[in-house]
Amino acid sequence: MSRRKPEPVQVVKQRRDAALNALIGGIPYAQYLGVRFERRGDELTALLPFNESLIGNPFLPALHGGVTSAFLEITAIIELSWALLWDEMEEGKLDPVAVDREHLPRLPKTIDFTVDYLRSGLPRDAYARARINRSGRRYASVHVEAWQDNRARLFAQATGHFLVPTRNNGG
Amino acid sequence: MTDPSTAQRFIEAIPHSQALGMVLEDLGEGRAVISMPWDERFVGDPATGVISGGAVSALLDTCCGAAVLSHAAAAKGTATLDLRIDYMRAAKPGQRITARAECYHATRTVAFVRATAHDEDEGLPVATAAGAFTIEGGRNGGQRGAGK
Repeated sequence: MSRRKPEPVQVVKQRRDAALNALIGGIPYAQYLGVRFERRGDELTALLPFNESLIGNPFLPALHGGVTSAFLEITAIIELSWALLWDEMEEGKLDPVAVDREHLPRLPKTIDFTVDYLRSGLPRDAYARARINRSGRRYASVHVEAWQDNRARLFAQATGHFLVPTRNNGG
Repeated sequence: MTDPSTAQRFIEAIPHSQALGMVLEDLGEGRAVISMPWDERFVGDPATGVISGGAVSALLDTCCGAAVLSHAAAAKGTATLDLRIDYMRAAKPGQRITARAECYHATRTVAFVRATAHDEDEGLPVATAAGAFTIEGGRNGGQRGAGK
């Protein structure tokens, strides 16, 4: 049995980054907040660069609880979409040149989202990673952790349930 | 005795709430009403134009915090301990979203709050929220705030 020759690394990277950028670019509110994603293989880390307009308590000062919540929810949605997209992307069914919003699956819909605020968000950059605890045909459960200076000292965590989009964009 | 003017100033001084265009409609006795315009920058899915769940949660969080500050427990400050949001339906694109929060119980240290968010259709809410908030420097709390 002959194995397929591995694709050149640049081709793989271009395809993955294009898909990821199309996903993030599809959420205006994520752009507005300035949320970015870093990728190592399939592992994503969300980044929220600090900005004065993200403050919720000007006296401390601290990040707005709603900003923290939005950041975690965006991280969960992108992680879930990314995981749903991964196999198709790796099979080469997604053309990196044609990857845009119209050719990506619909985003998952949030059913509920519960945020646990562990300490106040400091006026500096924040990071988050999501873990999919279960992803079924219709529903998914995703956990997200966010930190600032120390990975082990979370400032917030969240769990959310999502409606998995049905695939009907005809390929 | 609540001090709505202090609470009102506090809420209007929140940079992120201002950035989202939030307007305090009503406040007092543990209840708050805050609204937010539809804005394409805050959309979550451009295919539908539906506002992002994150923006709705920012509105609900702010409204819950405001309700805590206006409660008789007289908190000088508050922070969210936890907040659960249930998304019942998509908000209609172009419509203003109004959140109503009620601080239905407060101890010396913790306030319990629930809230709803509606678009211009007053039927089924777009989302509901339930959460626990801290009470900082409240009337019955340990440290009293310096006199104003």
